[in-house]
Amino acid sequence: MINSKYFLQGFKSIKGIDSPAFALGASFLAIGALLKNIGFSLEQSIFSTFLTYALPGSLVMAESFLIGASLVNIFLAVWLVNARLYPMTVSLMPLLLHKSQPRWKYYLSCHFIAVSAWLIMKSNYQSIEKKYRIDFWMGIGTGTWLIAITSTVIGFLVSDYLNKDMMIGLAIVNPVYFTCMMVGAMKSLQISLSIILGAILGPAFFFISPEWSVLFGGVLAGTIAYFIGEFK
Amino acid sequence: MSELSSNIILVILVTSLATYLSRFLGVVSSEKISETSKIFKWFNCIAYSILAALIARIVIFPAGVLEEADLLFRLLVIIGGIILYLLTKKNLVFPTVLSAIILTLLVT
Repeated sequence: MINSKYFLQGFKSIKGIDSPAFALGASFLAIGALLKNIGFSLEQSIFSTFLTYALPGSLVMAESFLIGASLVNIFLAVWLVNARLYPMTVSLMPLLLHKSQPRWKYYLSCHFIAVSAWLIMKSNYQSIEKKYRIDFWMGIGTGTWLIAITSTVIGFLVSDYLNKDMMIGLAIVNPVYFTCMMVGAMKSLQISLSIILGAILGPAFFFISPEWSVLFGGVLAGTIAYFIGEFK
Repeated sequence: MSELSSNIILVILVTSLATYLSRFLGVVSSEKISETSKIFKWFNCIAYSILAALIARIVIFPAGVLEEADLLFRLLVIIGGIILYLLTKKNLVFPTVLSAIILTLLVT
């Protein structure tokens, strides 16, 4: 059903010199501590990372919960901040689709689409035979997801020992990891332009609309980069 | 179950549904998109640029504790991380571990 050789190969991407473990660990540690501080139990915190596994969405959930937002408002706010998962899925799944593989694998494993797993898959898929890419992906996804859940537990348990300066230090780890992975992904003009323009237009649009800046800035930047790459 | 804890469960369920929705719709759309098509390339560009926009926004206009560190410190740690990553032949452990330690020391 799942090819264990490829699954394990994917799972092992959480070790080694390009390991996402510390970056993922640091950010979900912070989530665990945050959820404890806003009144979640340990089980609820685990349940949250288990089911959501997308950092900005969990942060928005925590903020909305604190101000007592309605469920409809929480749904809309989370959907907006996690809408980036749509283009991420569309730019990943066609690389993994294979006629011989059952569909449930795709609908189940899309839950693992989050920035770190996505970036790891994008930089490794070419070395994997297409038929088994979905199994490799399920390995990466399971590995990164388990790190996230474990770190949420640790963060919840150690939250009393973390001072504010340490929380600030932990908060920079994920941006550092993502930035390095992005630099590593700059292998074509189109992708390099997408990344550079996105990093400029995202913050620029913040002055117009903080909520929509990432989506607007990102879609505009990606579209400009696409056309420059196609018609240069 | 108390009212508060059933409320928390609902909040978690709503959050995870709102998150899974984009992933699910992405798979539905992927069924019709070939990896060599123009639309795939376009979405690929958008995915990378949205991620870059998100990271840049987190560093420049952070929400939460990160805003208590100076913008200059945040940028220095990011740039230092990139340099270390390139110097160590794409090692990600050094930049991630060191960035946490250095920023903690800088803000202390």
